Order: sequence, then structure tokens, then C-alpha cells
Amino acid sequence: MATSAQDAVSDIQRERERYGRRQNLRSVGISIASTLVLALLIALGLHASPGWPRVKQSFFSGAYFAQAFPKVLQGLWLNLEVLFFAVIGVAILGTLLAMIRTSRNPLLFPLRVLAQVYTTIMRGIPMIVVLYLIGFGIPGLAIFNRIPAALLGTVAVILSYSAYIAEVLRAGFQDVGPSQRASARSLGLTSGQTMRLVVIPQALRKVAPALMNDFISMQKDVGLISVLGAVDAVRAAQIIVATSYNFTPYVVASVLFIATSVPFILLNDWYSNRLRKREQSGGMV
Amino acid sequence: MSEQAGTDQNQPVLRLEDVRKTYPGGNQVLRGISMTIMPHETVALLGPSGSGKSTLMKCINLLETVNDGRIWLGGTDITDPRINQDACRARIGVVFQQFNLFPHMNVLKNVTLGAIKVHGMPKDQAKERALDLLDRIGMRKKAGAYPDQLSGGQQQRVAIVRALMTDPELLLLDEITSALDPMLVGEVLAMVSELTAGGTTILMATHEMSFAHHAANRVVLLLDGVIAENGTPQEVMDESQNPRTREFFSHFRGL
Repeated sequence: MATSAQDAVSDIQRERERYGRRQNLRSVGISIASTLVLALLIALGLHASPGWPRVKQSFFSGAYFAQAFPKVLQGLWLNLEVLFFAVIGVAILGTLLAMIRTSRNPLLFPLRVLAQVYTTIMRGIPMIVVLYLIGFGIPGLAIFNRIPAALLGTVAVILSYSAYIAEVLRAGFQDVGPSQRASARSLGLTSGQTMRLVVIPQALRKVAPALMNDFISMQKDVGLISVLGAVDAVRAAQIIVATSYNFTPYVVASVLFIATSVPFILLNDWYSNRLRKREQSGGMV
Repeated sequence: MSEQAGTDQNQPVLRLEDVRKTYPGGNQVLRGISMTIMPHETVALLGPSGSGKSTLMKCINLLETVNDGRIWLGGTDITDPRINQDACRARIGVVFQQFNLFPHMNVLKNVTLGAIKVHGMPKDQAKERALDLLDRIGMRKKAGAYPDQLSGGQQQRVAIVRALMTDPELLLLDEITSALDPMLVGEVLAMVSELTAGGTTILMATHEMSFAHHAANRVVLLLDGVIAENGTPQEVMDESQNPRTREFFSHFRGL
């Protein structure tokens, strides 16, 4: 595209560039118009529906929004705390499970079977059932006195998500070719060092989008700990709903959950872009 | 490169005693290989595909386990299951056909990884040595580049530097030019010639007959898992009366 000052631009090229600019303007115009039309149709559709004024009042009430916001926000902190510890737990347990499942050491055979049974079962049970089993089952054993609901919820989230993450990581580990392992081992690296320095970094890069997807999903699923009675964002909203019969607090909670996930989505995009650029483009020193 | 301290000039760097290897499924690839490599020797391992060259290389580097026989690296029997295999691998430098650089590390990290993590070389010292070695092959300014920003020939030369970083007792080169564009083969072979001249002990599996002829001190011809010839390039490649040997080299006449 860039033409230096010395290059005389021929009439033909100038005509092409004019045409290109016109085409660009045209496509921008079309996309704006189509967006507006769609938005208008949705707005009209909502307004035309007979129940809209009621729905608007019970889901999008400004007054309730303002009233619920601080309480739900306070509840969200609990979700973020749970998320923070759950991520650490899942990272550790998921990696362990994946390493056990990809190992070929005969000593680990029983663990390998257990890990496979674990990931199979855990991925089959609905998240909410895991929460009930852990949340009400463990206190039922009466070994410990009074475990906070948030802690039980965190454990349940870790147990459930580790199974998914382990499978994603396993796929990643197996995707790193045997020649990479051979190369690392031939340098004298131990199998542990090979895993940590060569296999895992490459595997993470390959499965980063899938991991991020699971993270986002986990980020909203921590809202499920409310079923155990922990006062998180969802529970805080529920309490207000129960007294007011207005559902706006749920919308508040949704908005807050979306707001927390957006930075992570952007971060992931930025990070994977950076890695791609670093590994693919030329001109490095 | 440099003289290796503590190497006994009369003791072989590598000694194979009746090495046998059968892959699961009964495919016997090595049927009793015995040979020695003395310090500063460059030995070319020749033979058609499937003759066992790669398997032999893998056995020497302990990426495969032998089924019988012994392999001595210096004074260590590396086929003894009780020895520390990682420590033995660290004493041998290996360069692979497909380069096998680590794609997530830049050139400098690739080259220094083994020295730092395995040999415990201080980071500054490793970096200095790496840059010095890269400088000698004119690639110092590529130290920050990633493998896929380099040509195949450059990648392979970096792989050689990586293998040389810790002054290995033996350098294994496993068909290192087979995956290269013909245009790039020369630069890699030139580097090997320099190493040979510098006294590095090398065992190289190769299909580059003319290179083997002028760069190797000794040529070992492997046919169907046994050593058919073991002698100077001239003895093996030009003067052998063995019909199978002559048949093998006839394919390369004029190269």
C-alpha cells in the first residue's frame, strides 16, 4: 500500500485507490444500517409484546437496581475469593491428574486407573449435584465441626473442574511430540524437568483458548455455591428478590458477573496474540 | 572444540560390545554390533534406510534400551540398568534430523537450557559461552530469535551449538542434513568439518557420501543390523571387494 515519495502513482492506481475507499465507506455504511435495523426490530418487538411494561418493571427497575447493587457487589467479593482459591486448586489438581493420566510408569498404574475413573465420573455429574454431595455430605460425616459453606463450595468447584481441566491438559501434553521429549532428554534433563520446562509450556500454549473457556465457565459457576447458603452475589440478589418480588437484583448479579469475565477474556486475547506474534513474526533481535 | 580435560587418549570414548536390539513384535534391528570410537575420531555410520543406524544412535543415547550386549561411554557401562541414565545422556551431545529446537524458547534459551539446568553452569557464564559459540557461526545477532524465524540450516546449526554447549565427550549427529534444502546442507556440513578439525569426537549417521569420504576418519557400513565394513573411507568406499558393499556404494557413484 505505502508508496514512497519518488514513486509516481499512475492514474490507474489512483483510480483503484479511489474505488477502494468508496467500497470501504459503503461496507461501513451497510453494517451500521443493518445493526440499527436489527436493534429497532428487537425494541419494537419487546414494546409490542403485551407483558413488556410488567417485565420492564420487574427486571429492569432503576430503583431496585440502585438498591440491590451494593449488596450484590458485596456478595460478589465472596465469589471472587472462591474463584481465586478454586483456580489455584484446579491448576494443581488438574495438572496432577493430567500428568498421572499421561504417565507410563508402571508404579502409577493404580493411580492411572483411579484418575481415569475420577475424570469420567466427575464430568458426568451435574455441577449442582457435586455441590450438594460435598456441601451436605461432608458436614454429615461430622468429622469436623462447622465448615463454612463457601469453603465446601470451593472444594466442590475444584473437584468438578479439575476433571475437565485435566482432560484439556492431557490433550495438550499428548500434542507435544515425542521428538521434543527426546530432544530434552538427550540434553540430560530428567523426566520431571522435561515435563516442567518443555512439555507443559508448549502444551499450555496449545490449549490456552480451551483452558480460558473453562475458566470463564468456572467464573460464573462459582455463583452456584449460593445453593449451600453462602451469601455470594447470587444469594444476595435472591434475598432481595424474596422480600421485594422484583427480579432486578438478578440482572444486577448478571451484569456484575459479565463485568468480571470481560477483563479475563480481553487478557486472554491479548496474551495469546502476543505469544503468536513472538513465535511467528520475523524481525526479532 | 576445546580439548577435553580428563580424557584418556588411549581409552575409547565409546565401545560397543555385541549390541543387540529387537523391537517389540520381533523385528531384530541390531544383530550384534561391536565397535570402538577413539578420542577425536570422526566416524561416519553409513547404511541404507532400515539398516539400524538410527536405532544404534538411540541406543547409545539411551533413548532405546538394548536387548543384549554392552555400551561403554568412557569407563561407564551405560547399559547397566542401575546407572543414572540422565547423567549419561548429559555426557553425550545429540543433533537430530528434525533439529528439535524448543519452539517456545529463543535461540539463547535453547542453547543454554541444558548447561544451566543439567550441568549447573551459572546463568551469566552459560550466556557468555552461548553467545561466543553463536558468534563463531555468525549467529550472535539471532540469539533473541525464535526457531521458526530461522531457516532450516540456521536451526540445525543452533542445534549443534546446543549440543556442544557442555563439551560432550561424544557428539551424535543423526542424519542432520536429511531434512534440509540442498542449498542449506553446505553450511551445516561446513560447521561439522570445523568440529572435526577441532578434535570433537563425532559419530554421524549420514547419507552424504562425499562428505563422509572427506570428513570422516573412519567409515562403518551397517547392512541389515550387522557391521559389514569398518575402516578408513578409502578402504571401505573405494577398495572393498565385498559385493554387498560395492552394491551399496554403486547407488552413490558420481556424488
